[in-house]
Amino acid sequence: MLEIRNLCVETDGKPILKGINLSVKAGEVHAIMGPNGSGKSTLAHVLSGRDGYEVTAGEVLYQGVDLLDRAPEERARDGVFLAFQYPVEIPGVSNVYLLKAALNAVRKQRGEEELDAMDFMAYVREKLKLVEMDESFLSRAVNQGFSGGEKKRNEILQMAVLEPRLAILDETDSGLDIDALRIVAGGVNSLRTPERSMILVTHYQRLLDYIVPDHVHVLANGQIVRSGGRELALELEEKGYSWINQAGAAGGEARP
Amino acid sequence: MTTATDPYHALVNREYSEGFVTDIESETLPPGLDEDVIRVISAKKKEPEFLLNWRLEAFRHWQTMREPRWASVHHAPIDYQALSYYSAPKSDADRPKSLDEVDPELLRTYEKLGIPLREQEMLAGVIGGNVAVDAVFDSVSVATTFKKTLAEKGIIFGSFSEAVQTHPELIEQYLGSVVPVGDNFFAALNSAVFSDGSFCYVPKGVRCPMELSTYFRINQANTGQFERTLLIADEGSYVSYLEGCTAPQRDENQLHAAVVELVALADAEIKYSTVQNWYPGDAEGKGGIYNFVTKRGDCRGDRAKISWTQVETGSAITWKYPSCVLRGNDSIGEFYSVALTNNAQQADTGTKMIHLGRNTSSTIISKGISAGKGHNAYRGLVKVGKGAEGARNYTQCDSLLIGDKCSAHTFPYIEVQNPSASVEHEATTSKISDDQLFYCMQRGLDAEDAVSMIVNGFCKEVFRELPMEFAVEAQKLLGISLEGSVG
Repeated sequence: MLEIRNLCVETDGKPILKGINLSVKAGEVHAIMGPNGSGKSTLAHVLSGRDGYEVTAGEVLYQGVDLLDRAPEERARDGVFLAFQYPVEIPGVSNVYLLKAALNAVRKQRGEEELDAMDFMAYVREKLKLVEMDESFLSRAVNQGFSGGEKKRNEILQMAVLEPRLAILDETDSGLDIDALRIVAGGVNSLRTPERSMILVTHYQRLLDYIVPDHVHVLANGQIVRSGGRELALELEEKGYSWINQAGAAGGEARP
Repeated sequence: MTTATDPYHALVNREYSEGFVTDIESETLPPGLDEDVIRVISAKKKEPEFLLNWRLEAFRHWQTMREPRWASVHHAPIDYQALSYYSAPKSDADRPKSLDEVDPELLRTYEKLGIPLREQEMLAGVIGGNVAVDAVFDSVSVATTFKKTLAEKGIIFGSFSEAVQTHPELIEQYLGSVVPVGDNFFAALNSAVFSDGSFCYVPKGVRCPMELSTYFRINQANTGQFERTLLIADEGSYVSYLEGCTAPQRDENQLHAAVVELVALADAEIKYSTVQNWYPGDAEGKGGIYNFVTKRGDCRGDRAKISWTQVETGSAITWKYPSCVLRGNDSIGEFYSVALTNNAQQADTGTKMIHLGRNTSSTIISKGISAGKGHNAYRGLVKVGKGAEGARNYTQCDSLLIGDKCSAHTFPYIEVQNPSASVEHEATTSKISDDQLFYCMQRGLDAEDAVSMIVNGFCKEVFRELPMEFAVEAQKLLGISLEGSVG
């Protein structure tokens, strides 16, 4: 699904990612953890095509094809989805309008018919249930006046509607109370399929209690310093990131 | 940089889609303006003497006036003697009695513009919700539909020239009663030389059963267009009027100085909606229309209401302030505006709300969008007279900038002479952020659609005031007008 090889990225001449290697297979959920400033969000942004980063070395293959050459909207239509850490407000544009425009852009790419208003509403109503939102969400302006929890649920709703092949969730747990976290995680879990891969970018272990990853990677100073299973996250929680920094400085190998 | 995208690149170098020219022989006066020209125009239209005298009075007034200089727009001097002041399709001598007699070339032009007159006439009388079109082609109305349906209600709707013949008493009573001949330079010029336009009278207590619509279209090189519109809503009546404009592509600047007068008597309501899409000129502004328009409504009776909604996307220069004189007690004035300037377009537009009666209220919602090197100014006056006890105004003035070469300006004037008045003014300026664009693009929208969607969201409060079919057209137009917004 996704193959990242020796990815090096700079912003404003400052190196952020220094040789990332990561392989994500179909159906896998990978968690990327790390302290603030380790490059987690940069990785999410580069994969989704955000402006402002310079790739200085390495490559990213998505379904066997170079990803980095492609415009963000092309990546999106091809199934790469980013759940934003800070979802953007768009005054005056209703949620349902954006959802429908986005879905039809993706469907067009897939060679499917665009959905008309009736079919779309029937489709989206089912998706609303996954994130426990009622229909009034649809007519509100995109993220405007939404609480933190509502914004994150809205991201997951968009993901459910667009049915991506690769979903990157950037700090989806930040700013959530425990109930909202449960709802968001429930939505994400219901979207796990053998075909769909996910990358969870998170600072805290807490999210992984709800969305159990297949692999955990620890990012520090722009490099993956450890990889392991679920237990790595727990170990990290117990010992803190300072433990990793020391281990990273000692040149610790990725664990099996 | 492999992740870089130029979100506007795809928008560049589109051509104006309404740019075609119809080949119809025209009867055109040689360029120049003096009293003889006015006498010829009046004679050609077989006007009664009062109207000729009125034109001449306006002309004499105009000769003493100078072009306004206060607007925040720039253009080369206009040589008024180089313009031709009358042009009519040749078939004028033998006016068509029905659409079948209309020049097929003309009908094709309308079809290109999406005004299916034939269809509309066939639809006449089927169900409500139809649109009556009094089509103005150059200076003379050539086709009017739905007249019968309206006549049954006692509504007079048709070309101005026709009304001069059939209802001279109404013309004499109301013409110039809202915008006097000497009101301003362009209004005076219009009063002297106006060619044709629309006239509407809705009798007491009648609710007009359909949206009335006029499509204006300039089609003659070097021909100034001077439309005159007069709308009278008698006591307790209601009328909604739609005005839409597109113009074919031209190399020389064309002057358009229209005057619109609205009169709402007691308990009457007039809703006047405009979508203006005159040719804006090329990317450097060459060849666009100068749109210098005077629009004013008079709430002459108590509880009268006048609501202006405008979507201004075209013209090289727009100079326009649809206004309300709130004379009647408890009368209401509204102004909802979207003005978009792209490339080298300039707009100085806004409104005047003149509160004279007691408990009068007005609302102003203005949305200015600047892209390219566009220059956009809101200019508004809220005036509360001494006797306007309890007057209220709310003004909201938002500007949206796209790119870094455009500008937005706000000139709100407030004059209050009554201490019980309440006047609120809110203003914001914002840019389409990279974050918003990226968010939409990450959901699969291309940059053009994303910009169009965000701009339409910005304008939502105005668009919802438009009749449905116009709202759809306006949204499309905004998208088209934004093409090539930033290089």
